[in-house]
Amino acid sequence: MKPVAAVAPEPTTVTPELLAQHSITAEEYARIEEALGRTPSLTELGIYSVMWSEHCSYKSSRVHLKRLPTKSDRVVQGPGENAGIIDVGDGWACAFKIESHNHPSYIEPFQGATTGVGGILRDIFTMNARPFAVMDSLRFGPIAGEGIPQELLHKNHTIVEGVVSGVASYGNCFGVPNLGGETKFEECYSGNPLVNAFALGLVRRDEIFYAKATGIGNPVIYVGAKTGRDGIHGATMASEEFKEGSEQKRPNVQVGDPFMEKLLLEGCIEAMATGAVLGIQDMGAAGLTCSTCEMGARGGVGLDVELDLVPQRETGMSAYETMLSESQERMLLVAEKGRENEVLEVFKKWGLDAVIVGTVIAEPRLRIRHHGVLVADIPNQSLTDDAPLYHRPVGEWKAPVQMEPTRSALDKLGYEDRVQQRNYADDLRLLLGAENICSKRWVHEQYDSMVQTNTVQGPGCEAGVMRIKDSGNGGPQRGLAMALDGNGRWCYLDPKLGAEHAVAEAARKVACTGATPVAATNCLNFGNPEKPEIMAQLSAAIDGIAEACIALGTPVTGGNVSLYNETRGEGIYPTPVLGIVGIIDDVTTALPSAFQAPGHAVLLISPEKIGTIEERLREFGSSEYAKQVLGELWGVPPSLDLAVEASLQKALSQLAAAKLLHSARDISDGGIAVALAEGCFEHNVGVSVKLLEGADLPHAWPLFQESASQVIVTCDESAVGKVRALVAAFDGLRVDHLGETVADQFEIAVNRHPVIRDNVTGLKNRWAHALEGALREVVTA
Amino acid sequence: MKAHVYVTLKSTVLDPQGQTIGNALRKNQYHGVTDVRQGKYFVLTLQDSLDAADAAAEVERIARDILTNPVIEEFTYRLED
Amino acid sequence: MKFGVLVFPGSNCDHDTFNVVAEIAHQPVTFLWHDSPSLENCDAILVPGGFAYGDYLRTGALARFSPVMQSVRKFADDGGLVLGICNGFQILCEAGLLPGALMRNAGLKYICKQVHIRTETADSPFTSTLRKGQVLQVPIGHMDGNYFCDQSTLDTLQRNDRVAFRYSTPTGEITPEANPNGSLSNIAGILNEGRNVLGMMPHPDRSSERILGSADGFAIFASMVAALTGAAGR
Repeated sequence: MKPVAAVAPEPTTVTPELLAQHSITAEEYARIEEALGRTPSLTELGIYSVMWSEHCSYKSSRVHLKRLPTKSDRVVQGPGENAGIIDVGDGWACAFKIESHNHPSYIEPFQGATTGVGGILRDIFTMNARPFAVMDSLRFGPIAGEGIPQELLHKNHTIVEGVVSGVASYGNCFGVPNLGGETKFEECYSGNPLVNAFALGLVRRDEIFYAKATGIGNPVIYVGAKTGRDGIHGATMASEEFKEGSEQKRPNVQVGDPFMEKLLLEGCIEAMATGAVLGIQDMGAAGLTCSTCEMGARGGVGLDVELDLVPQRETGMSAYETMLSESQERMLLVAEKGRENEVLEVFKKWGLDAVIVGTVIAEPRLRIRHHGVLVADIPNQSLTDDAPLYHRPVGEWKAPVQMEPTRSALDKLGYEDRVQQRNYADDLRLLLGAENICSKRWVHEQYDSMVQTNTVQGPGCEAGVMRIKDSGNGGPQRGLAMALDGNGRWCYLDPKLGAEHAVAEAARKVACTGATPVAATNCLNFGNPEKPEIMAQLSAAIDGIAEACIALGTPVTGGNVSLYNETRGEGIYPTPVLGIVGIIDDVTTALPSAFQAPGHAVLLISPEKIGTIEERLREFGSSEYAKQVLGELWGVPPSLDLAVEASLQKALSQLAAAKLLHSARDISDGGIAVALAEGCFEHNVGVSVKLLEGADLPHAWPLFQESASQVIVTCDESAVGKVRALVAAFDGLRVDHLGETVADQFEIAVNRHPVIRDNVTGLKNRWAHALEGALREVVTA
Repeated sequence: MKAHVYVTLKSTVLDPQGQTIGNALRKNQYHGVTDVRQGKYFVLTLQDSLDAADAAAEVERIARDILTNPVIEEFTYRLED
Repeated sequence: MKFGVLVFPGSNCDHDTFNVVAEIAHQPVTFLWHDSPSLENCDAILVPGGFAYGDYLRTGALARFSPVMQSVRKFADDGGLVLGICNGFQILCEAGLLPGALMRNAGLKYICKQVHIRTETADSPFTSTLRKGQVLQVPIGHMDGNYFCDQSTLDTLQRNDRVAFRYSTPTGEITPEANPNGSLSNIAGILNEGRNVLGMMPHPDRSSERILGSADGFAIFASMVAALTGAAGR
């Protein structure tokens, strides 16, 4: 490497248009000049534009994210690294994170989804954690329904097909089991689908790698796919200086190569095992730029890189293009000087391009050369910690819909005359076939959920459960449970309460397996932060997540914020998605969610306190029943007592450890009737239960209301007393013995009146084939 | 010189992808199509030193040995200067 | 006795297969890198699932050129036991060690789920601990598992009792509904002429422990161990 050039990078001609193309405000530009003490080069301007973008800098959300709890005894690494890490015992730790790839998935659903999965996997294995499981939280526009234009349905189908096959193709080839996650449909996601990918990897507690550059003079190694012009922002490409000599504009879409990623995984893990690697970071968004300045900043050193050495897929790439390229499947690492050949040999074995592109320098600066000429020389700090931070105006949040049910809704429910005038069995069938409730088998069967042979509970269960090989010290193996949850409709009705529910429900799903929830990751999907009402949603949702995560003992170890999810001014529902990870000491005690056999007692564990009639009227407006059956939306999400929720989750883990239960499942979309029906399907077991309704409300309430902190468990009749006794030790909970599991019949009575009587096979057929049916209808229409 | 190699499933082998595309075309009122077979297309850039006969022999060998599975696939090719 | 698990770039069930042999069957096992022709004196070769070379040309097509495959071919010719699972089956077909080909699933999508297969012959070193007609619950996970061969090959396979497994209902009926991928004659696994090479799409490596939902597939590994130790056999 040559000594530092005395010549500063050639200044570019800064015009308002150039700044606008780079989304840099006049104020931000002034800060750039101040940080550099001169006019930036075009390459430098490009580097600032990506590092100071919302995506990389979190400039709108950072001040609010600080309110999240991030510490506990188990947390090894909180936010700020490629992924969060927690200690899971027996010398193991797990790295996990959730990240959005929303916009690319709308532009090109298949490739958008593949690169989303690829990105999150690299975040995990760059820490030396072998990816162990993935899940996805997907949101699409409706795929069926009256009054929706065929054209829109068709478009939504295309997005669903593309995203699902993209997720499948990448993860299946890479070889990581996909445990499902959740898939939901609402109108607001038609122009703004959400693709949030979660990944979790296992690493030995004492073998974690960090994205930190250290040791002056150490070589910087580039490994993986060659750099092309992928993902460089089209608008930036069109700048005046740039047109001259630049080749035809390339499409923005990045293409994922899971085979390359698999080689990169094996190569990196083997290279890290040599002991010659000191720090490593993947090149994701903002590629080389982000990895070089962040690794330098974390280590308090600088990186000096010559771009001529970077493997390139295309000819004639400028420094600007090389630095901003978002080509996939690339990594940057720092090796120990003198041992670089050990690292290069490993990559050669795996057939990967690996070259030394630069050195670690003492000055904490990012120095980029092209053909030997210095083209960027920037203090790292100005790109990372000193990036702009905005206290954007936070508006006052106002309820978007009316609080009370409409007359038409009440009439449909027979509220006035209290005559049971509805056929609730029909309502149940309708709900079971509704896109948000029906089986997602069509999605999950396209995912390899079993590779690595650790999957104890896969897609379609409350939570994914994985056993950890080589754990338990000769005793039973340890397990990890994980679940994703988010309810955009509830967050729209009340961002804070809705976000609390996302945490509580994801944690409850984990607790239903008998695991103890211990940590969280979040993906915050919102609209335009420049609108005060959107900031009001974001701020309230973060408050909700913070409160719930503190109450439930699940600190947030990382995640991602996705703003500007708006198309033509139409925004999405505020959609925070929570991923919760739990630990189960003896994985053989993990509880399934499906009823196991006839003849078991069916119990409901729920909060002692029940809302007033007025509260329950309001809460019903946020239910899936109100949406699907009544076609209306009013009121608020169900109330949630976090202390009671915490008690419930502790009780569940004790019940499982005591081996008292056969199954446990959460009551969510569609209420208790749907939860009972779904419990029947896996083993074709029926139920016969009696619900008690103390208030003077139509039967739709006890059947379909979606109250929080409620779980249905089954156990031997002889164990009922023990279950009651164990739960009684917790404040605020009650146990009701609703009935028992039977053969094929499905029977629910309310206050001794039979209201639903059906057979399990019929209900199951409706539930099992609805999604496929809806997708096939329009595709072949 | 470039060789353009087209690989398709043998006509005796069911081609569900082609069939699905054909069905979609008919449903979308493209009545002029009676059948669709889909396949793969390769462009091989050959060394300049090869003459046409050598090139043809080389391409046929590659197509037969590597680019196709003779159990289910067949190929055609053309050379271009 | 020693098992060898082949590792190609893109193999992703290599560790799973290794684990069954080491931890469940408690037998010595080693990985065999694709680039080396040495089989390290292994007594049985396992070709694991995955996406060797990304399956980028055709499933299994590029793997057959690996140096290790030349040795495996010779090993099989000499009567050595070779089991190909999923992508391993595809590779063995491409390499000509087994007849036929695995085409795109009839439904055109990747399918991962538990299926049932019926044991069609107990007369092989892979199925000797099973009964003819015994139904196993074993998962599949593939995009190209649709077995195809020409009529005369099919006739030969059937005449010589070389169909090892067929997709069936849980009670052992061979029906179109039980066929997950459109395979000819519901074929899930076949033997070579010498009966020392088995290729199958379902994953016995994923069904060798109760905790994973089924331990039925372990019988195939157990049969191999028995054959190699001479404890059981034809």
